[in-house]
Amino acid sequence: MNKPRRVLQRSMMLPVATRYLMPLLLLFSVFLLLRGHNEVGGGFIGGLVAASALMLYAIAESPAALRALLPVAPRPLVGAGLLLALLSGLVAVASGKPFMTGLWIKTPLPVLGKLGTPLLFDVGVYFLVIGIVLWILLTLAED
Amino acid sequence: MTEFFVSLCGLIVAALLAPWVGRRLGRWSGWLLAFFPLMVLVQLLRLWPGLLQGETPVLSLPWAAELGLSLTLRLDGLGALLALLVAGIGALILIYGAAYLEGDARLGRFLSVTLLFMLAMLGVSVSDNALLLFVFWELTSITSFLLIGFDHERAEARAAAWQALLVTGGGGLALLAGFILLGNLTGSFDISVWVMQRQMLTAQPQTTVALLLIVLGAMTKSAQFPFHFWLPNAMQAPTPVSAYLHSATMVKAGVFLLARLLPVLGGLALWPVLLPWVGWVTLLVGALLALGQTDLKRLLAYSTVASLGALVLLLGLNTPLSVKAAMVFLPAHALYKGALFLVAGGVDHAVHRRDVRQLGGLRRALPWTALAGGVAAFSMAGLPPLLGFLSKELLYESLLSAPSAVLMTVGGVLANVLLTAVAAWVGLRPFWGQLKSGLDHAHEGAVGLWLAPLLLALVGLLAGAWPGEVGRWLIAPAVQAVWLEPVKVKLSLWHGFNLPLLLSLLTLVLAGGVYALQLAQRLAEARWWAALGRFGPATWYERTLKAVLGFAAWQTRLLQSGYLRRYILWIVFLSVALALPLALLSLGGLPPVVWSGARFYDVILVGIIIVAAFLVTRSRSRLATIALLGSIGYSIAILFLLYSAPDLAMTQFAVETLTVILFVLVIYRLPKFRQLSSRRRRLWDVTVAVLGGVMMTTLMLVVSWQGQDSQLASYFMHNSLSQAFGRNVVNVILVDFRGFDTLGEITVLAIAAIGVFALLKGGAVRRAQGGEDE
Repeated sequence: MNKPRRVLQRSMMLPVATRYLMPLLLLFSVFLLLRGHNEVGGGFIGGLVAASALMLYAIAESPAALRALLPVAPRPLVGAGLLLALLSGLVAVASGKPFMTGLWIKTPLPVLGKLGTPLLFDVGVYFLVIGIVLWILLTLAED
Repeated sequence: MTEFFVSLCGLIVAALLAPWVGRRLGRWSGWLLAFFPLMVLVQLLRLWPGLLQGETPVLSLPWAAELGLSLTLRLDGLGALLALLVAGIGALILIYGAAYLEGDARLGRFLSVTLLFMLAMLGVSVSDNALLLFVFWELTSITSFLLIGFDHERAEARAAAWQALLVTGGGGLALLAGFILLGNLTGSFDISVWVMQRQMLTAQPQTTVALLLIVLGAMTKSAQFPFHFWLPNAMQAPTPVSAYLHSATMVKAGVFLLARLLPVLGGLALWPVLLPWVGWVTLLVGALLALGQTDLKRLLAYSTVASLGALVLLLGLNTPLSVKAAMVFLPAHALYKGALFLVAGGVDHAVHRRDVRQLGGLRRALPWTALAGGVAAFSMAGLPPLLGFLSKELLYESLLSAPSAVLMTVGGVLANVLLTAVAAWVGLRPFWGQLKSGLDHAHEGAVGLWLAPLLLALVGLLAGAWPGEVGRWLIAPAVQAVWLEPVKVKLSLWHGFNLPLLLSLLTLVLAGGVYALQLAQRLAEARWWAALGRFGPATWYERTLKAVLGFAAWQTRLLQSGYLRRYILWIVFLSVALALPLALLSLGGLPPVVWSGARFYDVILVGIIIVAAFLVTRSRSRLATIALLGSIGYSIAILFLLYSAPDLAMTQFAVETLTVILFVLVIYRLPKFRQLSSRRRRLWDVTVAVLGGVMMTTLMLVVSWQGQDSQLASYFMHNSLSQAFGRNVVNVILVDFRGFDTLGEITVLAIAAIGVFALLKGGAVRRAQGGEDE
């Protein structure tokens, strides 16, 4: 492995900007996730945006700081996302319908909108994408 | 029947609990978990009175109806007999196994997999749907694989596990093909339907092909010559596993299947020609090979091969008498062979020795084990009043009335002589005679270790002592299930002074001679005997496996050289070769190019993409390359946006951004940017690139040209809101209409991430361990 040829000068700009940008971007990613069924967005895009936001933090501070910040490590997040997506399909099986039939709660809720198993599926995709991106990039960054 | 089904589901619960129970309770975990198979046993016995009156309870749940697969369980006398053995012996194996593996960290795993096997085997015995039976059949192979490779840190155990899986799995494929043939002929996969249509089936020539395929499956599973070699090697498994899977139950699956399909296929001309001789050869080969062994377990394994051969032989003869003999032989063998295996395990556990030449005089140290061994050995030797005696008399009677009776009978007697000697070697020799050196400290182990074999042996004794009841209650329903008509089953110990009895006496005398001459020991030490073994089918297996692996290595070297350029080359070439002709053929010519007035910003974006792409190939700095690639990516994203695909555009933006982040992370670690490829190489690369581009362009044109009369777009547009309650059609397709695809894709993503992680970290671990590879 080659040593970095130059030691990076730490800039003030990035950490300070990240402090404000990251929460906003994360919020935006949740917004994208929730509106996905009707407008542009969805779990995949939301997950990518969230992962970018978190990686921004890792670059501004350090990969270790990001790990400390994350409540769940990326690897279990991948498993949890996949499991959630699978479970969303099994809900229909439990109620006697074919696997992955979309089931909806008829009355819309405030903020969240209409709830249904496809949204649950999308949430699973969201977490899986975040987990995969962070897992790969953090492994690269820490190597 | 519902209760029975619930008790089967209880086994899943038990399998899930087992790791935890095993850790907490040690040797007592077996006693607790034995509750679950005992519940199955109780439910089975509750159904028994109905069975005796000819009822066959059925339970059918839909599964995948389009495939003809339903969860149809049907309990008849044959299935009930096997299920009884599986559940009853299974309970004892759990108790024994927990004592045998006490203190081993893997006890929980053993209990769990054994319970799963039990479920699979019970499934095999009560499935009426052939596809369901196949699923359970394969599950027994997989659990067997896991249990043979239980000591997965030993290379021999792994190799044996692979061998068993490959041999039985290969046979399983043939079996599936046979089932599908029969299913297509009858339009159903229910075995009971096949039985009803047996006359039509017998008239079809394809049925004989199906028979051959199914027999192949049964032969591999039940270790018939020339597929017998995996069974002795499977002795790498812990002894309770050998007792349960590889002698009492799993290896009987093939025999069971033949019995199950005898009503369907028994009428074919090939059946009585093929099967008796397969069984006959296996019987003799197994008995002869057993003679050269000194390891207790291998002795028993080869004798099991012989017994399985006898069972196939009996079913092949296809007479009421021979079927009756087979149905008596099945439980008799399970009881005495299971007991003997457990006795061998008990001896091994007490003195850590399995070489029969170094064992002797243990009767005082291991009194209960010695008793179990003695009783089981007498049953195996066919002495009255044990169940083994009844089964051997029936075997001789069947052989005497078989076509080519002389050859059959001589083979049968010879094999039985050898097997009787083996019985004495395993069941008596370790306990009697002089105490061998180094065995002074031996003592009886935990209760489970001697109770389980003793119970098995005693059941064999009791069954032999009340032959009339056993015949009426146990054997008659099973025979009726195979023969379809009621067959009178009157078992008794005394048939008068007849030829089978004379043959039995002859067998005992000869076996005494074989034992006294220590023929087995001499053979085991003879070099020519060992040399003979090298020509067996095991060598063919080795050669085939080596050839397959060699081919795999060769094509991997060719296709996966480790050079990125080579991979891209293969991928592009293959896609071009496969996709381009197909696309053009389906169209019958080049797709028409339709110019739909380009807007000025389209031209600008495409211009940026083309110029940037060209510059990338000329670039001499890595940073510039990244920036140029990024500008291509973002331009494409804008194009997406302009052509109203905002979801796609956003995804592209996000991916481009992440790519930049990726480069930021690695750019300092990459080696200096240099041009290493020769001019000729680069020309070659240009060709590949152009080919790839041409293919993609053509495909896009084909898709957009054919897309005009496609119903898909309008279908999704119309149904998105009404059916799936979403206005964003792209997202609705992803998570709802084609949600199953997405589930597959994210699974692939997760696996790819694991692969990337292994590539990045695996090297580091290996380097840390001292660098095997580098």
